[in-house]
Amino acid sequence: MSAALDALAPVAGRRRLTDRAMRALLWAGTLVALVPLVLVLWFLLQKGLGALSVDFFTTDPTGNFLGDPGGVRSAILGTLEIVALASAIGIPIGVGVALYLVEYGGQRWFAQAVRYFVDVMTGVPSIVFGLFVYIVLVVSGIGGSFAGWKGSVALALLMLPVVTRSAEVVLALVPDHLREAALALGAPRWKVILRIVLPTALPGLVTASLLAVARAMGETAPLLFTSAIVMGRSWDLGGRMNSLPVQIYNDVSSPNDQIVARAWGAALTLVALILLITLVARFIARRSRLA
Amino acid sequence: MEVGAVSVTAAPPPSVMERGGAARRADPLFKALLTGLAALVLVLIAFFLVFLFTKARIAFAHQGFLSFIFTNDWNPSKEIYGSWPLVAGTLITSAVALVIGVPVAVASALFITELCPRALRQPLTILVELLAAVPSVVYGLWGFYVLAPNLKGAEQVIDDKLGFLPFFGGGPIAGPNYFIAGLVLAIMILPIVSAISREVIATVPADHKEAALALGATRWEMIRTAVLPYSRAGITGGAMLGLGRAIGETIAVAIVIGQSPAIGHSLFSQGSTLAAQIVAEFGEAGSDDLHSGALIACGLVLFILTLAINGAARYLVIRAERAGRSGTRAARAPRPAGGTA
Amino acid sequence: MSNDTLTPAPTAAAPRAAPAMPDGHSMTVRDLHAHYGDTHAIKGVSMGYAANQVTAMIGPSGCGKSTLLRCLNRMHEEIPGARAEGTVLLDETDIYARGIDVVAVRRAIGMVFQRANPFPTMSVFDNVAAGLRLNGVKGVDLHERVEVSLRGAGLWDEVKDRLGRPGIGLSGGQQQRLCIARAIAVRPRVVLMDEPCSALDPIATLKVEELIAALKRDFTIVIVTHNMQQAARVSDTTAFFYLGELVEHAPTDAIFSNPGDPRTEEYVTGKFG
Repeated sequence: MSAALDALAPVAGRRRLTDRAMRALLWAGTLVALVPLVLVLWFLLQKGLGALSVDFFTTDPTGNFLGDPGGVRSAILGTLEIVALASAIGIPIGVGVALYLVEYGGQRWFAQAVRYFVDVMTGVPSIVFGLFVYIVLVVSGIGGSFAGWKGSVALALLMLPVVTRSAEVVLALVPDHLREAALALGAPRWKVILRIVLPTALPGLVTASLLAVARAMGETAPLLFTSAIVMGRSWDLGGRMNSLPVQIYNDVSSPNDQIVARAWGAALTLVALILLITLVARFIARRSRLA
Repeated sequence: MEVGAVSVTAAPPPSVMERGGAARRADPLFKALLTGLAALVLVLIAFFLVFLFTKARIAFAHQGFLSFIFTNDWNPSKEIYGSWPLVAGTLITSAVALVIGVPVAVASALFITELCPRALRQPLTILVELLAAVPSVVYGLWGFYVLAPNLKGAEQVIDDKLGFLPFFGGGPIAGPNYFIAGLVLAIMILPIVSAISREVIATVPADHKEAALALGATRWEMIRTAVLPYSRAGITGGAMLGLGRAIGETIAVAIVIGQSPAIGHSLFSQGSTLAAQIVAEFGEAGSDDLHSGALIACGLVLFILTLAINGAARYLVIRAERAGRSGTRAARAPRPAGGTA
Repeated sequence: MSNDTLTPAPTAAAPRAAPAMPDGHSMTVRDLHAHYGDTHAIKGVSMGYAANQVTAMIGPSGCGKSTLLRCLNRMHEEIPGARAEGTVLLDETDIYARGIDVVAVRRAIGMVFQRANPFPTMSVFDNVAAGLRLNGVKGVDLHERVEVSLRGAGLWDEVKDRLGRPGIGLSGGQQQRLCIARAIAVRPRVVLMDEPCSALDPIATLKVEELIAALKRDFTIVIVTHNMQQAARVSDTTAFFYLGELVEHAPTDAIFSNPGDPRTEEYVTGKFG
């Protein structure tokens, strides 16, 4: 027996076994993590596809507990309108705060405090935003009681920190030599920011915004307290308004099978919308790598 | 112009060295605008706390602050607001979520960063992230109609077999219950815990991993000796961020927990959480100031809880990532030389 | 003959068996090629490493000397996209042969890296014990072997009072010797060193060089270095590499005083590199 063969004797069986077992376990853990995704998508398609029809998209919910429940037109329109207004409020403010942090704030205490509280806001449960807007805008009776635009405000609060955090990362990636080149040409700072920094970072900002939109679109709790507690049928942002998540929530525990089927259809629609936006966001992110 | 008169050379034309008043004011204005937006965030947070507190005060005054949290009796019709059943429900479901979700998330993070072929890394990452794209209400719907009925049999068996343990053996089990809620929460926190674990694990220097391999460590032994000890703090932080999510998660839990504001006999009983109960009673509370005040107080407790947990979590994650970047690490409490076990 | 049956002598790191190959080579490389993706880093190198001697590998950056070193204990393949073909013998066993356990290869052929890399979460003791624990060494045995290894690395007197402190609390030179102790604790046949002194100050470098001279009694040592004085000081034979090929391998004296190849001469006289 040579010394080398001895030295190269395979490691103890127990160690090899442990290695194999742990590798298998980690692989299994990854599979387990993906099982819910597959199951959710499978059941969404299985139960949701059947509910889809022309009527499903073109009629409003009737509000009847028995008989024809109607479709989800008002819910889709409501979701699109509420989220659009929320984006119009939340994205500019969110990007503005990020611009302050990157272009002016630096490491001074005020900027650090803003950064910290933006982080805090990302962790605040969405229901708390809903409660806040409920107290400030609904209870006080500003512009009536429940209204679509109040839901938009709640969603905007939810989007703001998400937008700010990712926008800050994207803006920080804009190389300093671009800013300096423009400043050296005699351009004032605000023009440098609007003409150089923002356009350079635009694709990243769009991605960040779209991901925030996707997140806001699926939120239910803030809307329950602000936009609709009834089967709203209007698409006037000044009045009570229906939305897909709230519609699903209201339909879930119904004893009427048709209404439950509508919930699955609405869920499929909502997930499809969100996935579409997420995919577009990822696509834009991939097309333009700033760094 | 006086400046021009003092100067030896001819005064420069004002259009070159000086800008017109409007142009000069534009810069500070722009800066003020952005600073104002940033200040808005701080004002909002301050508003937040003040408004929630003023509305919740009536409930705290009625019940007493400690009593509000620790009294095990939530009975709006008798104007008794002890939110302990809700707090306990929140803790129970979150604990279940952590126990199930964190190991799976960390396993997937380790597999993706250390074991899987490079080509699979990106697709697997995207698939795990996709779990975060499914809205809460859809998880609720799925949990209610798919998970709860299909797991009922298995839950009954476990409940009966473990009946000798506290919090098991509650007789016939309910469709919606703590366990189902925790399971749904586990799925919902999985993407964030996995993402943060991946980030932290990726900061483990290749040096340390190679040192382990060069000693003749198997791949798992490398993970155990070089990767896990190094990233433990960061993974803990990720788990706590997941906990913050689980505590505040509302709609999915509201659908699958049964919304019954009393502590159940077993893990498989109906119950409620702070967030779920707010949703359940909000409509009926209406203009009853005390009742809605109590619900807002629940929201405030929730807010403070998540604030504390997220703060601690963020501290751990940031510290871990910084340590990873600089390649060194704050020294841990040393083990004695003989500390073999 | 196996070392594992012998109890450790308290003074030496591990008693050595005589080399098995008739030419006195502990390791032999035959027609080795290594690639990183499309880059052909090593182009058909053949050479031997004499048992209980120090072989230095020198050459300009990118000449493949570090890659070759990493091929000697199959660490090369840990880099994504890297692969190697050819024969690497430990005595007469091909470590690239099918059925050879890569983990066992690395246990038999240890490695010390460019940057001292003690495990940051472990104490001095635990660092040295890390490899031993993997192999199931416990209790009194473990303590003995940790002490022997630390003595072997010339570090015992400096750290015996702070075995429980973190390994990264030591100075740079001590950390590198701690890594050497960790490597020799598992009693490898060969110790590979990848520019072990490049991050150290001159005094710490000197200590490590003295250590290398002492270690060759028990181990076959292969060292990659940028520093030609160091190669001249510590090695018995020196191999010069250029553009992925072995130019010349000869006794160190000959390489530095009377090189056979003009490229070697230009390099050792400082004309390039």
